[in-house]
Amino acid sequence: MRHLVKIAVRNLFRYKRRTLLTSSLIAFGVILVIVFGGLAISFKTQMVGILTNTALGDLQIHSKGYVESIDNLPLNLTLPGNTLAKVEQSLHQSPYVAAYSPRIKFGAMISNYAQTSNIRLSAVYPEMENKTCPGLVNRIKKDLPNPHQFIRPGEILAPDNLMKGLGLKVGDEIVLIATNKDGSVNGLTLHISAFIESVLGPAGKDGYIHIDDAKTLLRMNEPEIVEIAVHLKNFDQLNTAFNELKKEMVAPESNIEVHSWEQLSPFASIARIVDLLILVVKVILISIVLVSILNIMTMSVYERISEIGTIAAIGTRPRRILMLFLMEGFAMGLLSTTVGVVIGLGLLWLMNLAPIDFTFGMMQVSLAPSIPAREVILITTIVMLVSIFASLQPAYKASKMEPVDALGHV
Amino acid sequence: MTLIRLEHVTKVYHTGEVPVTALRGITLEIGKQAFVSFIGPSGSGKTTLLNLMGVLDKPTEGNLLINGVNISSLGRAEAATFRANTLGFVFQNFNLIPVLTVYENVEYPLLLVKHVPAEERRRRILTLLEKVGMVDQKDKYPNRISGGQKQRVAVARALVTNPQVVLADEPTANLDHATAFKVIGIMHEMQKEFGTTFIFSTHDAKIVGEAEILYTLEDGVLVNQETKNRN
Repeated sequence: MRHLVKIAVRNLFRYKRRTLLTSSLIAFGVILVIVFGGLAISFKTQMVGILTNTALGDLQIHSKGYVESIDNLPLNLTLPGNTLAKVEQSLHQSPYVAAYSPRIKFGAMISNYAQTSNIRLSAVYPEMENKTCPGLVNRIKKDLPNPHQFIRPGEILAPDNLMKGLGLKVGDEIVLIATNKDGSVNGLTLHISAFIESVLGPAGKDGYIHIDDAKTLLRMNEPEIVEIAVHLKNFDQLNTAFNELKKEMVAPESNIEVHSWEQLSPFASIARIVDLLILVVKVILISIVLVSILNIMTMSVYERISEIGTIAAIGTRPRRILMLFLMEGFAMGLLSTTVGVVIGLGLLWLMNLAPIDFTFGMMQVSLAPSIPAREVILITTIVMLVSIFASLQPAYKASKMEPVDALGHV
Repeated sequence: MTLIRLEHVTKVYHTGEVPVTALRGITLEIGKQAFVSFIGPSGSGKTTLLNLMGVLDKPTEGNLLINGVNISSLGRAEAATFRANTLGFVFQNFNLIPVLTVYENVEYPLLLVKHVPAEERRRRILTLLEKVGMVDQKDKYPNRISGGQKQRVAVARALVTNPQVVLADEPTANLDHATAFKVIGIMHEMQKEFGTTFIFSTHDAKIVGEAEILYTLEDGVLVNQETKNRN
């Protein structure tokens, strides 16, 4: 085998310029996939991280039918006390769950006594929320001595754009007016503790209050939780955790639904488009490799018909001739991939020296591209397999040549 | 002792609309350690006959037995193994592998065809290169040596597997007269030293004189056989 490799490599460099051109083309394709993949994966990871770590959580648990009518923020689709206790017990026992945060979500009117607007509110236990969405505090425009106490009773974290519209500032008093599930309207005065940047763009009007204030405002005896956000220990285990929790909690007779962030955020579609784009670039790479290797190997076989006749006449078995040409294709793929991977990773490293900063919606994204090792291995494997596949037909043709015809070829 | 036996061998090519008969009912026997030449004008069937004896092609009719094996019964892979074990080839255009050095070209059949241990390989290659006078050039690539030198390397490559028969189709056609004689001389020496049967075809009347047994072909028919005692 060693000798076969040696001959294959030397044959590859027989026509240096041609080999160089072809490998450059393949290497360029590999670089393209690595750099584009690095940027796209990094963009996706950052965006998903922002969404899940600052607002959504990785998973959410609701009462059945809640997500379907989430735009209305219904207060009648709550998780009843015994159900809530069971869910919390399951979450405590799950090996995948790092933290969870019960929430009451509702719509209200906010007034500065001169102007009124509408607002969506999440009433939370600040410590639990901070553990579940650790990035949330980064959106708050205020130095927080204790992030676990980012909201206290009597305070409201008001959305930045709404506060600009109402001309409010930190410390101002506002009144919240909300209708509870029985249809009773109630009001509650609160003070603005800080502003919070919206993660969803200019239209976002999401604020936070303490769950005790929600109890008062909505006239609840006990907090009537409508949503539990869940933070996983390892985001890569999202699907496993989702399936496990769903299996455990969602029985036919139960009234619970479990959703992953992908089912709750429109960004999941963008993430899927990013994945699709990466796939398209990979398909382009496969096409480049397929055409390049097929072309060079076909030329190689036609140029060396007489030589094939010679080695066949000497007694080289057809299978070994096949292997010789497959090896050449493989060596070409390996050489090109190695060069492509080295340059591609080098470019990513250079990009990391000066991360690209930009705003996506209202989100500040700092793009420091990186590519997971498994992606690099996947790209390398694809190129190798396609190289062998592309060499197959020319190699097969070479192995099937009759020595007497090949020797007579001029 | 008969090494090669041809019994009423006919070869017909069906390449165009009209079938072409290259050999017609050839019957002959070649013994071990013979030094045989086939002569005849172009198109007389010399190359076809050498191809058949080289198990590169099969007769349309008749039997061709080498070492008692009927070559018509061999499949592609079996024929390759048979060639590797029994035959050596010297070609008109030398047909050395350009990416391999002189040493590696001679080594090739031992590596890819016959798996001979490294030490034994080295001994055999150097012995043969020494005998053909190419040991000093062993690290050169074929494009760095002359035509005569290439053909000497080709002879060494043909002999390195200790074949019973070496077939050479017009081995001196691309060489000047003096070099051609040298190459034939080397082949003759090897025949004596290793007991290998050499069968070659040629146009060159002077080279023909070197053969011990001379067959003349015309239009695919064996028209004459002449045996000489060169000693």
